[in-house]
Amino acid sequence: MFAFTVRRIIQGVFVMLVISFLCFTIQHQIGDPVRDIVGISVSADEREALRDKMGLNDPFFTQYVRFLGKAVQGDVGMSFFFKRPALQVILSKAPATLELVFVSSLIIIFLSVPLGIYCAINPRSILSRIIMGLSIVGVSIPVFLTAIMLIYIFSVELRWLPSFGRGQLVYIGGWGSGLLSLNGLKHLILPSIALSSIMLPLFIRLIRSQMMEVLETDYIKFAWAKGLHKKRIWYVHAFKNTLLPVITVGGVQIGTMIAFTILTETVFQWQGLGFLFIEAVERADTTLLVAYLMVVGIIFVVVNTIVDIIYGLVNPMVRIQGSQ
Amino acid sequence: MDWWRRFRQSFLLYSFLRDSVAIACSLILIVLVLVSFLAPLIAPHNPYDSSSIDILNAEMPPMWMDGGSPEFILGTDSQGRDMLSTLLYGMRVSIIIGCLAVLMQAFIGVVIGLISGYLGGRIDSFLMRMADVQLSFSTMMVAIFLGAIFQEAFGVGLYEQFAVPMLVIIIGLAEWPQYARTVRASVLAEKKKEYVEAARVIGLRAQRIMGRHILPNTVSPVLVISTVQVANAIMSEAALSFLGLGMPVTRPSLGSLINSGFEYIFSGSWWITLFPGIFLVLLILVINLLGDWLRDVLNPKLYKG
Repeated sequence: MFAFTVRRIIQGVFVMLVISFLCFTIQHQIGDPVRDIVGISVSADEREALRDKMGLNDPFFTQYVRFLGKAVQGDVGMSFFFKRPALQVILSKAPATLELVFVSSLIIIFLSVPLGIYCAINPRSILSRIIMGLSIVGVSIPVFLTAIMLIYIFSVELRWLPSFGRGQLVYIGGWGSGLLSLNGLKHLILPSIALSSIMLPLFIRLIRSQMMEVLETDYIKFAWAKGLHKKRIWYVHAFKNTLLPVITVGGVQIGTMIAFTILTETVFQWQGLGFLFIEAVERADTTLLVAYLMVVGIIFVVVNTIVDIIYGLVNPMVRIQGSQ
Repeated sequence: MDWWRRFRQSFLLYSFLRDSVAIACSLILIVLVLVSFLAPLIAPHNPYDSSSIDILNAEMPPMWMDGGSPEFILGTDSQGRDMLSTLLYGMRVSIIIGCLAVLMQAFIGVVIGLISGYLGGRIDSFLMRMADVQLSFSTMMVAIFLGAIFQEAFGVGLYEQFAVPMLVIIIGLAEWPQYARTVRASVLAEKKKEYVEAARVIGLRAQRIMGRHILPNTVSPVLVISTVQVANAIMSEAALSFLGLGMPVTRPSLGSLINSGFEYIFSGSWWITLFPGIFLVLLILVINLLGDWLRDVLNPKLYKG
């Protein structure tokens, strides 16, 4: 297990190096740190002097090492628009996105597990056919369209729920939370439903097909033969092994989730990372863009590594193969 | 007439005629593709011709509502363009980009998959690791990042001018790993067979064995994922256009139409968003259902991931 963990961590670090290299190349080719600092009304000579002083005329690789050294200490440059360190800007927006992803994950878990199990246990019932039919429709509706329709129905027509922003926030330290006030919770409802709408069908289908596969295996037949109660067989014996692949897929889907926060946050003007990213693109704020890529890259690599290690812990087969 | 007899006796046709969902889906798909490609002939107006657009007609509701006019069946958008015509042209853009992007990713993916599976060793593990990492980032994310980077690198003007090839390249680069993994898996299975050994004994070059001998045997899994990938590519294109990283409003695709309609939804003009939305969902849904059907029929051993 130890060897497996170490291998996974080394792999993660390697992936992170590749990402940082790509980010640096982007910044090197597109960004202009001199413009970010002095604006455009400075003569060419002064710019050149400043470039020399900042080491922007150094060889590519020297600059990359310097970039990497700074990045490890948490310094990825100044945002051109906000005139603040890019990492600080990103961290100030992170709670909004994390809360959105958290609430959506709760919705996904608490709906997909019972629905998936139901569809697997009663594959021929009318209700599970309806659920399966709706899930393929659900996969085909783009998340931004769901979001717009939700806004039209619940905000424009019925006027039940707010359509944009985070509402009233309660500050705990630097973390502005919308989970602790009624107004903030109301603002969370529509975005989190929209964000979960794309993952929910996928998870229902995944849990269903996995559970049906498990129910065919020998140990379940043996459990039936032993005369165990059906509830125990379904919810304890079969469900445990259903969860294994769900963990791996779930970890990978975090990436998709973050991609979809960009779309959801754009529709709902949600002041989180995704909205920040699109604004950075529109303002040509390369440093902020690169910082976002780095932060998202780290989130991915860390989540994927942790998921793999958890998977190794619960599934001995992976662990033994992985350590060889 | 040999191929026609073979086609009529094939299992594919047999199962197709016995599946009402597949028949309905392919009929809808054929109709959608036909009307979008015949748009210049059948659309009542030309949305690209600015002289036929009158801003006074802006935001007219569909003809069956108050204030609608029979001239504009599905109403007009914020610039006074006929919704139905704009929609048909937009769907054509979406379908073209979707298909070209799938060709692009299939080309990259098949070449990498063949090389990786046939040569094996270091190259194989490097290429597959790359595919794994890219897949773990989710294709939508990679597409959005690439779109943002392309737009920064080329500038907004140039990007919008060449939006179609740019989008094709972006979506192609973002989604090749699916193909590469599928092709690699079937190449590994084919490589062990005797005909490949025989070809090698004759002394054929590796490129010829890969291209002429192994490749034809990997067609059915490639076909299956291609169907679903077209739906995915159309979805990615819509998402990019919605974020403003895709087709400009002057040459809209379904995604940029939804984007332009979104601003007007608060004033109650739901039709600018809803109609392109319905057509987009319908298009993606029928392709997805057809893909599911094709996978059940051909049932190749797809890479599970």
